[in-house]
Amino acid sequence: MLTGGTGSAPSTEPDSLRSQVAAFLAAHDPGTTERLEFLRARYDAGLAWVHYPAGLGGQGLPRSLQVVVDREFTAAGAPTNYPERNGIGLGMAAPTILAHGTPEQKERWLRPLWTGEEIWCQLFSEPGAGSDLAGLATRAVRDGDNWTANGQKVWTSSAHMARRALLVARTNPDVPKHEGLTYFALDMQQPGVEVRPLRQATGEAEFNEVFLTDAQIQDADRIGDVGQGWTVSMSTLMNERVSIGGNALPREGGMIASAARTWREHPELRTPGLYDRLLRLWADAEVARLAGARLRQQLAAGQPGPEGSAAKLVFARLNQEISEFEVELTGADGLLYDDWTMRRPEGANFFGRNPGFRFLRAKGNSIEGGTSEILRNIIAERVLGLPKEARVDTGPWKDLPR
Amino acid sequence: MSETTVNHPAPGQSSAAGAGAGAGAGGPGADAGGPGLEPGASGRNRPARTANLLYGEAETELRAAVRDLLTDKASWRDVLARTETGQTYDASLWHTLAAEVGCAGLLIPESLGGAGASYREAAVVAEELGRAVAPVPFLGSAVIATTALLAAGDTALLPELASGAVTASLAIPFAAGTRIRPAATVRLEPPQRGDEPGEYRLSGTVSGVADALPADLLIFPVDSVPYGLYAVQVTDPGVGKRPLVSLDMTRQLCDIRLEQVVARRVAAGPAAEQAVAAALLAGAGILASEQFGLAEQCLDTTVAYVKERRQFARPVGGFQAIKHRLADLWVSVTQARAAARYAADWLAAGFGPETTLAVVLAKATCSDTALKAAQEMIQLHGGIGFTWEHPAHLYLKRAKADSIGLGTADAHRASLDVLANLPAPE
Repeated sequence: MLTGGTGSAPSTEPDSLRSQVAAFLAAHDPGTTERLEFLRARYDAGLAWVHYPAGLGGQGLPRSLQVVVDREFTAAGAPTNYPERNGIGLGMAAPTILAHGTPEQKERWLRPLWTGEEIWCQLFSEPGAGSDLAGLATRAVRDGDNWTANGQKVWTSSAHMARRALLVARTNPDVPKHEGLTYFALDMQQPGVEVRPLRQATGEAEFNEVFLTDAQIQDADRIGDVGQGWTVSMSTLMNERVSIGGNALPREGGMIASAARTWREHPELRTPGLYDRLLRLWADAEVARLAGARLRQQLAAGQPGPEGSAAKLVFARLNQEISEFEVELTGADGLLYDDWTMRRPEGANFFGRNPGFRFLRAKGNSIEGGTSEILRNIIAERVLGLPKEARVDTGPWKDLPR
Repeated sequence: MSETTVNHPAPGQSSAAGAGAGAGAGGPGADAGGPGLEPGASGRNRPARTANLLYGEAETELRAAVRDLLTDKASWRDVLARTETGQTYDASLWHTLAAEVGCAGLLIPESLGGAGASYREAAVVAEELGRAVAPVPFLGSAVIATTALLAAGDTALLPELASGAVTASLAIPFAAGTRIRPAATVRLEPPQRGDEPGEYRLSGTVSGVADALPADLLIFPVDSVPYGLYAVQVTDPGVGKRPLVSLDMTRQLCDIRLEQVVARRVAAGPAAEQAVAAALLAGAGILASEQFGLAEQCLDTTVAYVKERRQFARPVGGFQAIKHRLADLWVSVTQARAAARYAADWLAAGFGPETTLAVVLAKATCSDTALKAAQEMIQLHGGIGFTWEHPAHLYLKRAKADSIGLGTADAHRASLDVLANLPAPE
């Protein structure tokens, strides 16, 4: 979600930002300032995310100017907030809080989120609610200023490191499913929250299962009105789809990089059939990159289009096809795997490790953050305006067959 | 095809084409440029510029003018009816488009009577012509022949092209690719008694040429020493055009036979070689935009139809089998648009390796997408889409012919061996 920055940037803004960063660095030597102290001061100076409002780490500038600031800090060797450890927090929680949180919540949560002091995770999917997220069964019951939550969540990245979670729970089972949900920020460090690793086909446990047993939530930690949980969730999911497959990459910046490198370095592996596949994949990957660039130009020009829904579909398909190609290209080496040991990585890395890992991990790309089938439904119904599926789940949630 | 590999047209060759006008300098975004290729991925440094992949205001206005005209004068029924007449090209429509809307002179500088616009605007016109499968020689005359003459430094013939008074065609088979220069099949003859200085005589045949039927002026590459480009007036009694029964009768091909015709030399040597290379590359790049426009029209028409068509007491567009196919097609069309805009923007900036890469990607992508869109249009219309009295077959035929014209997707992807440093198997 783009916040602030709807106006076009006068050309003086990059210069102004550069001099602001220079002044900040002069006052906070990155070599001697303690890391957290540095990051908190950067946030307070409005140089954390310049497209956020003043007072919340930003200056209400166009998002495209963030790169100017990041470049200057990187060049100065400044400490980072380890964005790869807090992908859910930065990519989904922060924009949701900004769009739907109260001023007090923004003040309380955004600073430690940005500095990385508080990692966030997302408690959405359940064993019985995958594509049908609105059918979820985790209950939250109110008692005065307090809520008590019970249920099971699944596919939760970073839950084992998280301080807080975005939680969607059912607060009214007597109304149709979309109307009975409420959105909360849950304190993950309490006795009622149990996190268990969920091991994937890759051998590692990038995700978790989270069990809530009488978990407690203050009403002050509710995001949006009671019963508005679906609306708030949609804004989180929009950001999720943008963050999966929506990043600006250089040419050969994604899954194609290692496939092309292996092709160049190993003439003995080349065959005519593989060559045709490689040329198609390289061209498709580059065109997908251009389509992403065009989407960002539309956003920057204030002409948001529906093309974002295409990006994740293409990203998932290409990641799968390219990694399948790469394992086949490597032949005998493709029969090997680097390590099946159960590990808990700190973040997702679709392009890391060896070809076998990439091949297996890519299978998740067409499932996580909205399956390719659900995305096709969304495109067909919301972009193309085709009729919706006939529904049988419009009555009160408690009466639906399960 | 000769074995001669055509070099990239020299950088700066397109400056005569009003390059840069409307080329989107300072476009938003910072990641659509050639730069960013990792060192080692290719032996070349890419120019530091950001392509503008959006449509500008002037382009949108031009589109509206062209679409209005085509809606009025080139309904699919008109286009279909014309394919079964002796005049498959619509001379009246072309005159209006060329002279009154000003499409003939888009690429020609104002000093030569043109609009001083760029390939970005030409691409938008091509999109609209693709949407209508309009039977006009815009691609052959206003893009390919015009680019050849611009690159050759011509100032004598271009003013008449710009005004729409003369329609021209570069006499090269439509099936020629952009990488290997097609072997010339026309030869120089000895001069005849009475010929004036500067007049040459040509004989030979060229087969399967697009947009030559309505052309007044034909431009022939000749493998003489030096290689040369020669202009011929079709009024010369030695010029014969034979219309071909073509797969796509909305862009009917013809064979051309020359017998001792009088010609004037337009360019010689490397300048002539560059002119042909530039013309074919620009033609392929703009054809990609035509293919994109065609694909989008097929998608739009089909989406509208499945909302109306009822079977099993519901609109067929409500069935997931249909919805998912159309969603996938929409995704392909969004990718094709980005590729087509990238090619148009780089063509507007001049010729060089990144422009060649942009055209290769666009023509490969849009060829596949247009064909897929036309095929989906027929399938998702069901029986009606397979009849003569429905436009789907016009789109299918244009899409298939376009996928062969100026290089197949496969031929363009093959250029990635050098352009993307992906060597072929030994």
